[in-house]
Amino acid sequence: MVMKEKWSLFSQNKWAQVLLFTLFVFVTSAALYFSQKSVIAFLLLLSSLLILHYLKLKKITKWVVAAGLLFILIPFASSGGPAFQSYMDVATMVGIYVSMALGLNIVVGMAGLLDLGFVAFFAVGAYSYSIFATPQASNFMPFGTFPLGGESFWMFLIIGGFVAAIAGVLIGIPVLRVKGDYLAIVTLGFGEIIRILFNNADRPVNITGGAMGIASVTPPKIFGMELIFPNQFYFVTLVILLFTLFAVIRLEQSKLGRSWKAVRENEIAAQAMGIPIVKTKLMAFALGASFSGMMGVVFAAKQAFIDPTSFTLMESFTILVMVVLGGMGSVPGVILGAAVVTILNLQVLTELTNWINQLNFNGVISIPEALSPAKMQKFIFGAILVSFALYRPKGLIPAKNKVFDEKKLKDAIKKKSQISTD
Amino acid sequence: MFLEMIQTLPQVLIDGLTLGAVYAVVALGYTMVYGILQLINFAHGEIFMTGAFIGTALFIFLMGMSWITAIPQILVLIVVLVVTASLTGLMGMGIERVAYRPLRKAPRLIPLITAIGISFILQDVVRFIAELSSGNYIVTGPSLFTEQITLKLSSVSSNFNDASFKSSFIIVLVIAIILMVSLDYFINKTKYGIAMRAVALDRDTASLMSINVNKMISLTFFIGSALGGATGVLFAVQYGTIDPFIGFILGMKAFIAAVLGGIGNIRGAMFGGILLGVLEMFAAANLSLITAGILGAEYKDVFAFAILILVLIFKPEGLLGRPVAEKV
Repeated sequence: MVMKEKWSLFSQNKWAQVLLFTLFVFVTSAALYFSQKSVIAFLLLLSSLLILHYLKLKKITKWVVAAGLLFILIPFASSGGPAFQSYMDVATMVGIYVSMALGLNIVVGMAGLLDLGFVAFFAVGAYSYSIFATPQASNFMPFGTFPLGGESFWMFLIIGGFVAAIAGVLIGIPVLRVKGDYLAIVTLGFGEIIRILFNNADRPVNITGGAMGIASVTPPKIFGMELIFPNQFYFVTLVILLFTLFAVIRLEQSKLGRSWKAVRENEIAAQAMGIPIVKTKLMAFALGASFSGMMGVVFAAKQAFIDPTSFTLMESFTILVMVVLGGMGSVPGVILGAAVVTILNLQVLTELTNWINQLNFNGVISIPEALSPAKMQKFIFGAILVSFALYRPKGLIPAKNKVFDEKKLKDAIKKKSQISTD
Repeated sequence: MFLEMIQTLPQVLIDGLTLGAVYAVVALGYTMVYGILQLINFAHGEIFMTGAFIGTALFIFLMGMSWITAIPQILVLIVVLVVTASLTGLMGMGIERVAYRPLRKAPRLIPLITAIGISFILQDVVRFIAELSSGNYIVTGPSLFTEQITLKLSSVSSNFNDASFKSSFIIVLVIAIILMVSLDYFINKTKYGIAMRAVALDRDTASLMSINVNKMISLTFFIGSALGGATGVLFAVQYGTIDPFIGFILGMKAFIAAVLGGIGNIRGAMFGGILLGVLEMFAAANLSLITAGILGAEYKDVFAFAILILVLIFKPEGLLGRPVAEKV
């Protein structure tokens, strides 16, 4: 009993927390650096970001520490072994999915509109860069020389986001007038339409390369340096992700963000309070889509090859699972959800499958091919969706509304009115 | 161009009617559940798919016995239909009990999410069982009713081409019509049907009229899922090859059919299903002809979704539905 009290006192102490945290980070990064290939050490090092979220520190300190971890320690610690590029590849994919999940979180979590075709915007972004960064564009553009150089990548980040936002508005205009339930089906339909369109737009004019996809997309260039390796894309993704995060957090507290939540809670009441419903919903669609489109550009540049199979319905559902798992409307939750699902998909399931295959091969156990974890993805996603909706509808990290100090606000208003009367 | 379209019309109509009958019966499941709970039951397409698998498994099992050849095929089909329908009906009830009933008071987004989750779980479980028992998840059932029948329409009028179909076409169509007519009778004339409509109209008042609301909702799910499963069997008989992923897109289209006819409206769903089936087959046959080769038959899915969007914009209550004012 005494031990327990002492322990709780110790663990509540700020400096004790910092000490333990530093120790944890140090041990995991050393393990990662000196081992040949250790997925566990890599995952533990990533999880230090989650621990950081729960520490009793000032917000600004947390951000600085997180930036230090992400920009310096994680790339450095994983550079020790031969698996460096594969770690960085996973980390880049995590960044891309986190950004998309944050975009979908605006639509589903904050505005309460169930969008089942979200990957369409990702596809729009990816295709807008890859069409113009390959000779593909000369098939239908009457002027200009293609492919465009690698420097155009930075401009296309904005263009991709913008085109995706326009697609979002175009989809939104007919859809948002109808009742909420139909929205799920219509967006699902739009997701499929866009995929079918990209899949078949090689006739009569070859725009998207059809089912063959577009190969050898020009790699981006910065200060004359070509970006080809995953560790370079890691930093690009990280910078864009930080921008997305900043924008999402600011948006959530803004007037627009509060109107989204009002529309989500009760559409009619929100309208009665003077919130323009259609405009608010359209903004949610456009902004959510633009983050996704931006990451589409990065994805196209990173893979250097895209085809319609990367943009199936399953991808849309994957992003939805991330949002539901993390907690609809909760920014830290969605980041956690996206990271967990991506790592589950890319690392845990494949590693497990390899392990089981090896055991099968050695004759230790015999598990039928049909049960291999890599194929069980749908079952796992389904189980996550059902169990979270039933038992934890607010997700892993529930959304919190910002608490305002009433007295402070009133004082501020008083001061303002005094100044204006003086 | 017009003449060519007329020439292929008989074949398009036959194929369209087959597909339309499948859509119509599956759409009934959507429209019944939506009418009573205002919930899009995403898992319904998967129940259809499970029905197709259960039916095929039963066929393979029964065909393996020697005495079965003495019994007419149509009797075997009816036995398989009844067994499959009761199994999928119970499954539908179970899904409602586990995944939807606890969430009846939750925000409307949440049951939609469980519905998607259930549909994923069903897809993967069926894939797993099929792959485990036969090594491949794409399953081909025994061929039944394969007699080819040709309609010599070209002798009636030179404007038409000959149309041909398998004898299973007639069986699918007749059984689908029997299912629809008996459901229509059940909903409109029997005591349980009236109770069901009362619950759909106003759940609280219905419960004051001593109707057991939970039981009625369970019954709705049973009937809807039984119909879905039975259609799955018909689909397997007609098209032969099935896989665990046929349910999702077909379910979506059946839902579109339900919206087209007016959601919550039983006759509307039947009408919408047949109409959508015929329109889709027409588009698949003639789209490239009409647009001079720019749009091919691959766009027929796009066509179905375009219909949905047009209906939602211009006539959201559907072709046969009545407009409802939103209650505050």
